[in-house]
Order: sequence, then structure tokens, then C-alpha cells
Amino acid sequence: MADFLLEIGLEEVPARMIAGAEVELGRRVRELLTRERLLASDARLTTYSTPRRLAVLAEGVLSSQSDTEEQLTGPSWKVAFKDGAPTAAAEAFAKKAGVAVSELEKVTNAKGEYVGATVRRAGRSAAELLTAELPKEVLGIYWAKNMYWRAGKPERFVRPLRWVVALLDASVLPLEIAGISAGNASRGHRVLHGEKPVALSDAKSYCEHLRAARVVVDTSERRHSIRKALDATTRSVPGARWREDAPLVETVVHLTEWPTVILGSFEPEYLALPEEVLVTVMRDHQKYFAVEQEDGKLAPHFLTVLNTEVDDEGCDIVRHGNERVLRARFKDAQFFWDFDQKTPLAERLESLKNVTFQKELGSYHWKTQENLRVARELAAATKAAGLEFDEPALMKAVELAKTDLTTELVKEFTELQGVIGGLYARAQHLGERVSLAIYDQYTPASTEDDAPVSVEGQLLGIADRIQTIAAMFSIGSAPTGSKDPFALRRAANGIVKILAESELPLALGDVVAASGAEGANKEQVTAFLRERLHFYLKDVRCFDYDVVNAVLAAGADDIRDANARAEALSVARKSADFAAISAAFKRIKNILRQAEEKGFALGSPKSVTLAAEAQQLADAAAALAPEVTLLRQAHAYAKALAEIATLRPAVDAFFDKVMVLDPDEAVRGAHLGLIDEVLRSFSGIADFSEIVTA
Amino acid sequence: MSSTQVASSVKPTALTFQELLFRLQGFWAERGCVLQQPYDVEVGAGTMAPETFLRVLGPKPYKVGYAQPSRRPADGRYGENPNRLFKHTQFQLILKPPPVNVQELYLQSLEAIGIDLSRHDLKFEEDNWEWPAGGAWGVGWQVMLDGLEITQFTYFQQCGGMDLDPMCAELTYGLERIAAFLQDVDSIYDIVWARDPETGAAVTYGEVRLAEELQFSVYNFELGDVAKLWEHFNLYEAEAKTLLEKANALLVSETATAVEKRRFPLLATYELALKCSHLFNILDARGAISVTERVGVIGRIRALAVGVAKAYALQQAS
Repeated sequence: MADFLLEIGLEEVPARMIAGAEVELGRRVRELLTRERLLASDARLTTYSTPRRLAVLAEGVLSSQSDTEEQLTGPSWKVAFKDGAPTAAAEAFAKKAGVAVSELEKVTNAKGEYVGATVRRAGRSAAELLTAELPKEVLGIYWAKNMYWRAGKPERFVRPLRWVVALLDASVLPLEIAGISAGNASRGHRVLHGEKPVALSDAKSYCEHLRAARVVVDTSERRHSIRKALDATTRSVPGARWREDAPLVETVVHLTEWPTVILGSFEPEYLALPEEVLVTVMRDHQKYFAVEQEDGKLAPHFLTVLNTEVDDEGCDIVRHGNERVLRARFKDAQFFWDFDQKTPLAERLESLKNVTFQKELGSYHWKTQENLRVARELAAATKAAGLEFDEPALMKAVELAKTDLTTELVKEFTELQGVIGGLYARAQHLGERVSLAIYDQYTPASTEDDAPVSVEGQLLGIADRIQTIAAMFSIGSAPTGSKDPFALRRAANGIVKILAESELPLALGDVVAASGAEGANKEQVTAFLRERLHFYLKDVRCFDYDVVNAVLAAGADDIRDANARAEALSVARKSADFAAISAAFKRIKNILRQAEEKGFALGSPKSVTLAAEAQQLADAAAALAPEVTLLRQAHAYAKALAEIATLRPAVDAFFDKVMVLDPDEAVRGAHLGLIDEVLRSFSGIADFSEIVTA
Repeated sequence: MSSTQVASSVKPTALTFQELLFRLQGFWAERGCVLQQPYDVEVGAGTMAPETFLRVLGPKPYKVGYAQPSRRPADGRYGENPNRLFKHTQFQLILKPPPVNVQELYLQSLEAIGIDLSRHDLKFEEDNWEWPAGGAWGVGWQVMLDGLEITQFTYFQQCGGMDLDPMCAELTYGLERIAAFLQDVDSIYDIVWARDPETGAAVTYGEVRLAEELQFSVYNFELGDVAKLWEHFNLYEAEAKTLLEKANALLVSETATAVEKRRFPLLATYELALKCSHLFNILDARGAISVTERVGVIGRIRALAVGVAKAYALQQAS
């Protein structure tokens, strides 16, 4: 049993790609060892990574595969040996089996006597197999963006590969990856250790050797130590805490080999800038953690995670340097803010003509006019349904929503588009409803975000998105497969989420109608939104796929209603009675389809004298239908479904005792008419035949 | 603020702006690089100078370094913003093919300009680069020193719309940023450009360049004559196109001699393309490029730049 270590040394890998690659390397090595029967049952695989390396340590690798033995049967003995001498057939078989003719055996089975051979295959050694197989596993790792670096372009990889360590216990495997021969020499921290190689004495001591060379190879250890250091460093500011930011923690974990943390400060007067701007500068541009006071407001401090450890004087230098950069960026932001106020948003409308929305469609000025048109339609539909809101504020917000595109601050911080417009609207006293609607126009940005809080914000968000979707579809720019360059799926997800999680009295059909889409365009847009609704119910609300299919088959226009039906159905389907009803409805659908194929006509159940069980079903359904309809209208879906489940005894008895496709045409027609009526009466909440039953 | 006051607040040991350039040039000259002078036609970045844009094409190894004043008219701020310039200075380095220890060499160059790495935080953070009008892109990093981007480090993959082989490493040092960092001044204009060794009197960046920043901002934003700029653009473009057509006919001709092919002035054609690029930038800063025009004009520049690159590759191969 041996320990195996593979480390590939790279120039700094993009932080966003490391975690996935570490997992993939581990998986590839595990699969290779498993496939080649080299993994002991109690083996343990551990993966490591830093910006400059990916590594996997496998403890419990067999030194070689076990030998195998296989019995082969060849031609009949008579054909193979004439007068005791081997024939050409015997020789050919021996050659194929890889044994000498003298080693051939006589095998007797039910059919007679045959030539046999025992083929023994010696297991290959782990060293040999790993040497042969590892290079292609490493070079097969997926990267979101690759590059070439060697002349002749022999391989693509994320960044140039600079060293390889491949050790089986203490011995080096003689493999080569991308022109680099494996050895036992790793490298340490660029500055704290320097260029001298780190000789690894054996596979197992990988972590210790690298730690001595000032590299923490275990990502979870780095994550833990960064969090601890952030806590400890923040304690020097009384009452303060660092603002939790898990994605940023992950980024700095993958930007460091030997992390330490420093606290910096900035002049409190910059706190007058909006928090959104300050945090964006710190987090997105500088990868700093924001620090907040007990009341949650920003404190004039930040935390930066270094990829090194410096002495006290070094701390001062590094802190000073980072503070300098941050101050310059804040000063810029302040400059832009003040500069932008010289031209109020209302005066920027005209210059939107110079900002392209989409080159085949037009500028943001055009986009704004279109949004206004759509918003007017949405406003009318909303008012008609009786929901009160501030219509002038909505129209003002729609008109000014894109004007922040011309501001210096948005040019600098494009990710704050919308937010800046909202802040400027507030600073320019355009009213809280206008400001808030502009501020929230891009929320929800993801499925985790909440919908805008104000009706005006919700309507602006829907108008902007549906206009974009309908316009992009009209020029043939619908998303295809994984390609969605204009993020139209996200836009549609936003519409669905706003409709689902607000009180807006609008259905998908109202939204599509407001967009002005017509003909094929309208159909495409409607289908696209339905598909997003399906996604929302299934992947965001996590309903079972069959529940989603069942519910949407019974209506996909009113999103909150579809959601409520899905909720009720998810509960109801768990009862045994309901499962039986679902199965019966599926059966009904099949029978009706068969009947249609055979040209059997539907008749009235009242036209003949029905068998007792059929009559009981007809009576039960007739008695229940009005009540279920009322309950459905009252959105009392749980109750309605419970009522439908009470049909089970009648349905079961009917299918048990009655031959639906009776040879008598009149009886058959009556039966078909009966089950068709049952199906139609009770499918208004969901198409139960879609429910998968065990 | 007078220059003597500024000088006293500057770290006395820090390199002046010109010393910074000397050190970088010296460091890379010692490692076998050709030192070139700045290209004498307006460019937006060192990449656009032919020493990069054309030399990276084809198989011939080349190592070159040069300071390149880089003009971006829209970035001008009348000399009022302490961190932004219409014209900044890049120290541009091309290593073709890239040596295996290119990152280590780069770190040594930082030590050479007085950065003690044991007392700083250095990170290579992903940053990919592209110049669509030049059909050029590469992958690499922005090098962050104590939170400041001091260098763009790129492995060129394509240029002039053509795959490169061998690749090359491009290092672009932002000299003003580095100098302000080393001297610990808050405004680029306070950087000490030169210091008289006898008197210690300092000449600042502002004294050397402020008037230029102010006047070019006025020209680029206010007084540039849009109609004439368009005329210039069209003239340069027309001549470049005529030359390119001739080049393309000549370079594939079986009757033309090697000498005829070699003497064809593609380098002059490229200058005409650069003129167009710069004129576009001024027109853009003037707000004279409409939505509908914009993509089209970039396409015209791309046709010239990529056209020259392709012809140049043919010429080199002939």
C-alpha cells in the first residue's frame, strides 16, 4: 500500500476557477485509480489548491493491480490436433491467447472436447499506470477560459504549467505533462519562501513541507484562518464587526497562499457618499471587507486580506498603500457625484440618444419611449383591476430610469446602474416614489432577491423587462441553448418573480399584451414566459415536476394562482385516495384517446340505463361538481382537492365493475360521455393525469 | 503648491519619474531586450505601436521595451482630476516567446525600481485583455501591489485576427501610477519628474505636463473641428485602403519579386490606420459619433488594422 501525491504548479489561476478544478482533479484521479483497480477499500483522497497549484493526495494506493486468470475455449480438439500434432488452427488459437502451443489444454464440456487455454495476466504496477494515464487526466480538466503558451501550441490550459510533483511514497513517477518532467520539487510562497525549490521527501508529508515554505495548501484551513483573522483584526475597533460576505471570502481564499489581514481606515467625511458606492468600491473594485458599527451603518474602516505576512513596518506600508488607493477611488466617486449634480436627470433625457440600447433597435432614448408606452398599458390594466398607486410617479420614474447611464458615476461603476439613478432622483428631490422605483428597477437581479417593494417599482421593472424581451425576440435575438447574451431569461425570471411575489393584479397575458407584441412574436414571448414560470415553480419554489406540469396544464396565466394550486396539490397528492384519483384520471385520458382513435362517439350518460356502479359515479360527480367549482372560484384549493379525493370509492367501483368500452354502442357512448364529464369537471385546478403515481 | 514644497513632502529615497523609466529600461536591457523609443504617431496604448502590434506576428523571436505616451482623449480632465490623464505613459515590454521564468523576472524588475516585496502585498488577479479593433486579445492578470494595479500582464493569443505562434508575454507598467505610489503623492501632478542632483531642486509632473492636459482637453472636448476631423479621417482611410489593395495584389502575385514585396510600405499604411484610430477617439470625445455610426466606424478601423496585420504576415513569410 502506498501514498500517491500529484501536484501541478501553475502561474496564478483565476480565483473563480480554482474550486471547480480542484474537485475535478480529485474526481479524475479517483476514477482513474478505481478504473485501474488500484484503490484500496479504505483509501482516502484529499485535494488541495492555491492560486499556484492543484494537488491530490491518495492514501491507500495498491502498488499494483492484482493478477487475473481467464479461461479461453478454442476450436474442437479434433480440428486442433491431428494425430497428436498441432494444426494451423491450434497455432492460431495459441497465438491469439498469447500462450505456447504446448500449454494448450483439453477442455471437455457438454458439446464435446475442445482446446482450452488459461491466460494469466500479471497486474500492472501503479507506477506504470499512473505514469501513462495521469497526463491526459490533468490536461482534460475543464477551464472556462484557456490559453496557449508553448510554441507549436501543443496544449491548452488555464495558465502556463510550471512544475509537476508526482510521488508514489518517496519515488518520483517519470511522467511528463505539457513538457514538464515530474520531480519531487514543489515551490513555496513567491516572496516569503522565494525561488528555491521545496524538496518533498514523500507524498504524505506534502502539507507540512509546504507549510514550512509558507503555503497553506488546504483551502478550508485558509478559509477558517481568514475568517478568524477578520474577526480578530476587527476587534481593534470597539463595537465594530466586519460585514459578512461569503462570496468575497471565497475569492480571497483563492487569491492567497499565506493569508493575513490588515485593518485600514478612511476619512469619515467619505461616509457622506452613498453606502452603495462605498461598498462597491471596497468589495468589487478592491476586494476589501466593509466594517460596520453596532447600528449596521458603515464605519470608516476596511479589511484587506494579504497574500503575505509582513513585519510591523511592512504593515504600516501596506496599510498606507491600500488607504491611498481607496482614498483616490473615493475622491473620484465624490468628484463624479458632485459633477453629475450639475446636470439633473431630467436634463439628460436627450443625451440618451447617444447611448446604444441595441444597434438594430435603437438608443436608450428610443428604449425609454417604448418603456413609457408599455408602462401606460400596464398602469391602465392595474388601475382597471382596482389597485391604487401613484401613476404620475410611475411615469416620471420610467421616463428617467435610464438617464443615469449618462452620468460619470455610472460610467465608473456600471454595476450600480439604476441604484445611482435612484439616489440622484432622491438628491434632486423628485419624490420618494419616483426615487425608489428607479432605484429598484433591476431588482430582483437573481432568484434569491426580493421583488421591488413599491407598486411603481414593480410596474417599472415589468415594463422595462417585457419591452426588452419582446423587442429582442422581434429581431430574432431569442436565447438559444446555453446562449443568452442579452440575459433575457433573467429578465423573464424577474417578471415572473415580481408577479408571483407582489400584489399586482396582472396575469402573464396582461404583461404580454402591454408589450404590444403581436402574431408570432406574441406567441413566442408568451411561450418564453410560460417556460420561465415552469422554471420558477420547479426550481425556485421547488415543486415536483409532475405537480408543476399538472398545474400549468390547467392554466398558466395567473402566476400567483398557479403557485397556490401547486401548493395545494403538493399536499393533496400525498393521500392514498388522491393517488388513486390521479391514476384513474390517467386511465380516463387513455381510454378517451383510444376511443377517439377508433372513432367511438361520446354519448350522454342519461340516454341509457347505466349499470349501478356507473350510475353511482355519475351521481357522485354531479353532486360534487358545483361545490368544487365554487371552491375553485374561491381559491380554496386544498378543500377542493380534498373533495375531489372523496370520489375515489365511486371511481374505483366503476373501473372495477364496468367495462367502459362496452360492445353496445349506446352503452359505450354513455360511458365515454360520463368519464369525459368527470375529467372536465375536476381538471380545473390541475390536470391530475400528469401526476406520477407509484 | 510650489515645486519645492512638493519636493519636501516626497519620500527622499523614491525614484523620480525619469529614474523609474531608466531603471526599467536598464533592467530589461540587461536581460537582452531591444530598447525602442516611443512611437511617434498618436496611439491609445503601447500595444498599438508597431513594435508590438506587428512584431508579435509571425515566428521570429523578439524582445523589446519602450515607453509609450498613450492618448485617450475622452479620459482628459483639464488637469483637474489628480488621478486621470488624457495622455499617460506606459512602459511596454514584449517578450516573444515568453521565458519560463517571466513572472520571476517581472518580480525582479519591481525590486529594481525599489519595491521591497517583503514589505508589500502582491497579487496576480485575473484580467483578460482585448482590442477588438485590432482583432487582438489575450489572457493574463492585473498585478496588484497593496491594492493598486501597477501592471497589466498579458499572454497574447491573437492579433490582427490571426492566431499567434509563438505566443508572447506583454507587460505594461503604468508609470504615473507607480511613480505616485513610490513617491507617495496623492496627485499625479505632484510626482517629481526630475531632480537636479546639485541643487536638489525638483521639477514636477505638473510643471512638465499640466498645460498639455488642459489644452488638449479643451481641444478634444470643445474646439476640435468635427467636420475637419471627419475629413482627415476619410482622407487617411482612403489612402490606407488604396495601399492595402495594392499590397494584397502584390503580396500574392507570382510574378512580383521578393524585393518588390519586401519594399512595399505596409508600415506607412499602418500609420494611416493609427491616424484613423486617433481621429475616431477625438471625435468620440467631442460627442460627434452617433449611435448608428459608432459600430460602423470601429469596423472601418478594424478593417484597416486587421488588413495591415494580415498583409504584414504575408510580407514576412515571402
